[in-house]
Amino acid sequence: MLFWKNGSRDSLTLEGRVIDPTEGIDACLKLTIENGVIARIEPGGDARYTIAPAFVDPHVHLRTPGREDEETLVSGTAAAAAGGYCAILAMPNTDPVVDSAATLGSLVEAARAEAEIPTGFLAAITKGEGGAELTEMAELADAGAAGFTDDGRPVVSAGLMRRALQYGGFAGRRIALHCEEPTLSKGGHMHEGAVSAELGFGGYPSVGESVMVERDLALARYEDQPLHLLHLSAAQSVAALRAALDAGVEATAEVTPHHLCLTDEAVRSLDANVKMNPPLRAREDRLALLDALKDGTIGAIATDHAPHARHEKEVPFEAAPFGVTGLETAFAALYTNLVQTGLLDLDTLLERMSAGPARVYRLERPRVATGAPANLVVLDLDMAWRVEEDGFRSRSVNSWLLGQTLKGKVRMTVAAGKVVHS
Amino acid sequence: MPELRVIGEEMRPPAPPERRHLISIKDLAREDVERLLAIARTFESSLDREVKKLPALKGRLVVNLFYESSTRTSSSFELAAKRLSADTMSIKSAGSSMDKGESLKDTALTLGAYDPDVIVIRHPQIGAPHLVARATRAHVVNAGDGKHQHPTQALLDLYTIRAELGRIEGLHVAIVGDVMHSRVARSLTQALTLMGASVTLVGPPALLPRDVEVLGCDATTDIRAIADANIVYVLRMQRERMEAGANYVPSLREYAARWGITPERVRPGQKVMHPGPMNRGVEIDPRVADHRDALIESQVRAGLVTRMAVLYDLLTSGPVPVQVAAAVEVA
Repeated sequence: MLFWKNGSRDSLTLEGRVIDPTEGIDACLKLTIENGVIARIEPGGDARYTIAPAFVDPHVHLRTPGREDEETLVSGTAAAAAGGYCAILAMPNTDPVVDSAATLGSLVEAARAEAEIPTGFLAAITKGEGGAELTEMAELADAGAAGFTDDGRPVVSAGLMRRALQYGGFAGRRIALHCEEPTLSKGGHMHEGAVSAELGFGGYPSVGESVMVERDLALARYEDQPLHLLHLSAAQSVAALRAALDAGVEATAEVTPHHLCLTDEAVRSLDANVKMNPPLRAREDRLALLDALKDGTIGAIATDHAPHARHEKEVPFEAAPFGVTGLETAFAALYTNLVQTGLLDLDTLLERMSAGPARVYRLERPRVATGAPANLVVLDLDMAWRVEEDGFRSRSVNSWLLGQTLKGKVRMTVAAGKVVHS
Repeated sequence: MPELRVIGEEMRPPAPPERRHLISIKDLAREDVERLLAIARTFESSLDREVKKLPALKGRLVVNLFYESSTRTSSSFELAAKRLSADTMSIKSAGSSMDKGESLKDTALTLGAYDPDVIVIRHPQIGAPHLVARATRAHVVNAGDGKHQHPTQALLDLYTIRAELGRIEGLHVAIVGDVMHSRVARSLTQALTLMGASVTLVGPPALLPRDVEVLGCDATTDIRAIADANIVYVLRMQRERMEAGANYVPSLREYAARWGITPERVRPGQKVMHPGPMNRGVEIDPRVADHRDALIESQVRAGLVTRMAVLYDLLTSGPVPVQVAAAVEVA
């Protein structure tokens, strides 16, 4: 389900504090990598660098085909490599939408020629993400689709949602949902609450997300099918997910760095780089997301990396498109804002950025083990760096972190046995 | 030679004085409002003279950039600039490159090339004045940005209230109507609470924003709440919000019956204000609008002197010297 440039496999030695929460490793070790495989694990080295399983991003917009001015397979995967990722999954809301085996096939072919790191593709649930007709999911799964989603849009019809769950189950791939009730979010540019009341922006209330989360979980329960909830933002959505998990629904969920670090207070800046869908919500929502991430209710961190052309973001807030970039800043943003502040421990962060997302789509988990392919990230936790426009590999610079100084830098990424960033 | 100071290891010239704008009431302190109202009063006296022009801003360029239709705001800004002898340039979206799809930033850069001293902007989107402030070196005056702010309207309303009632502090003002979509309601509520007045927002449930009490006011759907207010401030109801299917209110008829300001709902001596343009018979009964307790014409008159004060204050950063008020009149 993952495709990338076939190239050399590297041999190298890495020393540092090695943390693999899933394998129960936290020690100063020397890792010997031969031909892209972890050949030996021995005591050694010091804690100057931290070495962990490389990250997996289950939610990236590569903007290809259609908006190659914003991102390409080459620039997007290079950005991911720089962010410490060894695998990413691209969303199908491109132009054209990835809704046929032919379109998917051309992307797979392009990834085999150009992708710097292993890249997978989700295909659409409905043709053209139009919300009316199911795509040929079985054929798409055979052609390499990692899952199905109409991300960017909800599946509005409950009847069609039910059919998608049924057929997705047959095709053997997980359905991933952007939960939004459009009649409640209509005209909304930010979270509905005290800040929107003061600024005058049309609000997208949190119930506009949670009402759809509740519907989709009820359908998944009825159909006994798995489900993945994309970029959760609201406390009530978390509560609904918790209840569904208790009832035995096979549901997974993801949360973005910006929803974990920011609240709607950030919108007071009127900076279009804090405009995203779902919107930044209230403090209690942020804290509920953080709790859910800690206890594993939400198992994955996803960047929802959404590049936009500069001229499309340099407009008044209401005219700007939704979305921010995140691949190159995710770890440092979370390390600085959550780990350094004592809100989250490093082990949990590393797990939710790697093994957690891999589990959602049943990808091979990056791990530190003898004989495993080397998928590793080398981190300098003490290094402070400033996020600046000219530092990005991404073609777009719509980051909410521009100008900020972060702690924690990705010094090297090894993906599928190859050094892809150093 | 500019003085050089050592900051860290770098040599930097001292920063230029901060460029001031009038974008939001929230940026103002009470003393700023007092200063602006005092300057406006000084200018008021100049209006009684036969020749009304003052030389205060001679040689300055004021650009009016209007992306929304406006009669009273654009005309009063233009006249205010002219009364202060500034050069003016008025650009409306129809017939300019704005309707050829030029972005706001590019328009701002183009106008910025003429080095205007002030850009007055009205725009249907929140934050447009901030964008112009970042893209140019001009002082920016917000003449209304979407549903966000309309600070000069709030200032002229304060001016009117003080002129007619002698004070602002301690008054109770009821603002009635479509609060949700009203920049006037937002900026006026902030301005009144800043000056020590209390505010009650009254309107249909779907047109009162959730959590609007953060503005420092009360909010209710009950029109009887206007009874003990010193001033009833009536907001304009946009007809499209009352059309069938919009469902903010069931109908225009129902709105007028429940929230319309009729003679029966106000008592003698209770002052009535409206930012205009009015929908007579909808949010305000014509008998109320034309009654001597209505301050609507005073508001328009206050608009001119308040906007003169704003332009003057931004460009001179200080109170009006006496000689300006007694100025050499220029033709």
